[in-house]
Amino acid sequence: MFDRIAALGKAVLDTVAGAGAALIMLVRALIGRPNLRKSWPLLMQQMYSLGVLSLLIIIISGLFIGMVLGLQGFTILVDFGAEQSLGQMVALSLLRELGPVVTALLFAGRAGSALTAEIGLMKATEQLSSLEMMAVDPLRRVISPRFWAGFYSMPILATIFSAVGIYGGYLVGVQWLGVDDGAFWSVMQSSVEWQEDILNGLIKSIVFAFVVTWIALYKGYNCTPTSVGISRATTSTVVTASLAVLGLDFVLTALMFG
Amino acid sequence: MESRNTHLAVGLFVIFGILAMLFLGLRAANTSAVTTGETYKIYAKFDNIGGLKERSPIKVGGVVIGRVSAISLDGAYYEPLVEMTISKQYSEFSDTSSVSILTSGLLGEQYIGLNPGFIDDTVEMLGDGDYIYDTKSALVLEDLIGQFLFGQGND
Repeated sequence: MFDRIAALGKAVLDTVAGAGAALIMLVRALIGRPNLRKSWPLLMQQMYSLGVLSLLIIIISGLFIGMVLGLQGFTILVDFGAEQSLGQMVALSLLRELGPVVTALLFAGRAGSALTAEIGLMKATEQLSSLEMMAVDPLRRVISPRFWAGFYSMPILATIFSAVGIYGGYLVGVQWLGVDDGAFWSVMQSSVEWQEDILNGLIKSIVFAFVVTWIALYKGYNCTPTSVGISRATTSTVVTASLAVLGLDFVLTALMFG
Repeated sequence: MESRNTHLAVGLFVIFGILAMLFLGLRAANTSAVTTGETYKIYAKFDNIGGLKERSPIKVGGVVIGRVSAISLDGAYYEPLVEMTISKQYSEFSDTSSVSILTSGLLGEQYIGLNPGFIDDTVEMLGDGDYIYDTKSALVLEDLIGQFLFGQGND
């Protein structure tokens, strides 16, 4: 009986300590005088591997999700003779929900897992310790550029996702199923608002970018430096980041549109 | 050289992102600036506003001239008071104008239809903060059905 209570207490303490360690890691990586000349090439390198290399999967999934939305929406809306509202449906669901959320999930799978594995392996092969031996702060040199790269890349990716998805909906709705071209765009334009929809979607993707990159970096930095440890940390990154994104999405939606 | 290619790819990535943002902003979003220019406010009291919301359009003959900017209950009789923000471009409405709450289509959104009134020497033009007194409330389906049933019973 007492063992169980003790186990519960240990679990709570571990969770709290983990959150604290993650926060300390982030603060130490980000606070301090930035050295633009040194950190710019590092940032570019990470923007390339996190952002540019994720572009293909984002564009393809955006296109297909937009096309599926167009197809599903059309079959429902045509029953009410309201297929001209297809543009509104596709644009709003992409801008408000699917764009930020699906991008964050894909980003966690495609880039977050890679980040964790990379940093975990650096730790296992004692590259991080060697950096410290050379008086280079691994937090500033390794963690910080990766964090900023993820933080900047994901809102851009989410914007591209939504734009491509709307085009996919247009392809299916207008080009294939014959919804009126002008009505598709004008109904969309009369219902999509800059602040309400586009800006809120952007805020969502910025929050997700922060959380997903942070989780990925912390799991890698904090992993047990063995092959099993790295594998666990990578799995845990994808699971935790996805759950965090979905949970936060509910909270943000309730705050923004509730 | 390798670093230059990286920079090029990242630059293209960022430009691509900005283009996507422009596409969303200009093509998908509402850019017709009806209420972003100079505006003035007119008020109207209704018995029942039905499903009217803030940001519902105000139309004259189907053309959007402004939007509902606030809805509140007014005074001792708790009448719904609607604040309408109308573009300065359309400032020549007389105080004999009337407003009614209409529905676009059978199941559509509700909006305010403004019927411009006649103009002669004795009427004044509506300015900022004026009230329109000639108002028609929203059609509430339940009331209509009730009236219909009541009418049937009398026959």
